[in-house]
Amino acid sequence: MTEVGEVGEVIARVHREEWARVVATIARRVGDLDVAEESAAEAFATAVERWPADGVPPNPGAWLTTTAHRKAIDRLRREVRREEKHQEALMLLSETPEPLGAIDDDRLRLVFTCCHPALAMESRVALTLRMVGGLTVPEIARAFLVQETAMGRRITRAKTKIKDARIPYGIPYREDLPARVTGVLAVLYLIFNEGYLASDPEKEPVRGDLTAEAIRLTRLVRALMPADGEVAGLLALMLLTEARRPARLSATGELVTLADQDRGAWDRSLIAEGHALVRARLASGRPPGRYQILAAINAVHTDAPDVRYTDWSQVVALYDQLTRLDPSPIVRLNRAIAIAELDGPSVALAEVDSLPLAGYHLFHATRAELLRRLGRGEESRAAYERAIELAANTGETAYLVRRRDQLAGR
Amino acid sequence: MAQYLMSVLHDDSTGPVTASPAEDAAIDVFNSKLQSDGNWVFAGGLASPSSATVVDARDGEPVFTDGPYIESKEHLVGFWIVEAPHLDAALRMAADGSKACNRRVELRPFLA
Repeated sequence: MTEVGEVGEVIARVHREEWARVVATIARRVGDLDVAEESAAEAFATAVERWPADGVPPNPGAWLTTTAHRKAIDRLRREVRREEKHQEALMLLSETPEPLGAIDDDRLRLVFTCCHPALAMESRVALTLRMVGGLTVPEIARAFLVQETAMGRRITRAKTKIKDARIPYGIPYREDLPARVTGVLAVLYLIFNEGYLASDPEKEPVRGDLTAEAIRLTRLVRALMPADGEVAGLLALMLLTEARRPARLSATGELVTLADQDRGAWDRSLIAEGHALVRARLASGRPPGRYQILAAINAVHTDAPDVRYTDWSQVVALYDQLTRLDPSPIVRLNRAIAIAELDGPSVALAEVDSLPLAGYHLFHATRAELLRRLGRGEESRAAYERAIELAANTGETAYLVRRRDQLAGR
Repeated sequence: MAQYLMSVLHDDSTGPVTASPAEDAAIDVFNSKLQSDGNWVFAGGLASPSSATVVDARDGEPVFTDGPYIESKEHLVGFWIVEAPHLDAALRMAADGSKACNRRVELRPFLA
């Protein structure tokens, strides 16, 4: 007889590992995402009820899929009208674009459906966390500080659009694949960033639950598309960023900049894994995309045992490469920060001042820092003030306020 | 197969409402492709919104009102009805249609 607590842990682990597969398999079999989600949830609820008494089945994933499938059939039988739609949906499935051989997997279909470009970004994020990540609606609502009912409606609306507009449950057309993969990665990166730098002043400044979830989902996508360089690049970028999380917040809840972080607190195993991914990408010899370049930049930073040993010329060279792919002002702002280390603050300031980013707090924070180094205290103070007004993250605000006040002390 | 409505939206601030000869030629090519691919159901261009009449017979005797039911800078100038197996296929047609007529297109499924 297994202890109840132990079974609880097993169920939690199985939920993490099997949820997406159960939803994805049922969705393909019955052609209805809504039914798949509800039957999967019911199957897990049944497991919670039964496993403590009956014991954990030898193949928990198969047990859950079978149970969920039975629940789905029951559900469909209960509604005759739905049954007709079910037939229709099954036909739809047979007409979806051709599978791409090795990368065909029900979970990948699920990911592409949830991240479909015809859905609003916020819907894609919510749907991916629910259907692929297995987070509950209340959990997702909490993560984005949205009312539970509002989040529930958002997810329902997305599912209705999938059904009514016939968003296919399948792998995209080959020609659409690069753009669609980019779309999936954008969703994953947004989830990660929301955890890494929560955009809401009401929330914790750094939220490990969301970053961990984003990494877990990206690992899954990587397992499904092992040959895609950008997927590997995004995973590496997340790992190398996550590795610094322990050093990112001071005891007083203030964000600590890369230069001031205690590098001894960085997670060495995540760094090693991230570096290995970056090296593998470099060895592939194929031109890197945006995430691979960002990962490489982070690899240079995490390679330096002390900020003084950072290879800034390498960082600038990588930003040059990124600017060619994406000449956006945000990329140029980050490039300018590296330029300040290589060519000095006045060269960097000239570049920063040319950017149309007056509404972005980091634009002002960067200016403030450069002006400080140039000894232009009054202008620096004004820039900090503007940055503080625009910043939304509590840890960032605390940092900026302290920097501004240090200026007053001089 | 499902049917989708592709509404062509015209913004008066961007140019004349009538299609240019180049746009007309591109639309012809697009229409032929829809027909040869078996996606064509129907298509048409519309006269200007000012030629519209709103009819309301909900209370018995019909009431006629001159002009469109809503005045807006952007309005419907034409549409396609296409048949597609799923949204991804319809999105491609809408993209090609938008390119051909050089205007924004709203893609909307018919009720199943």
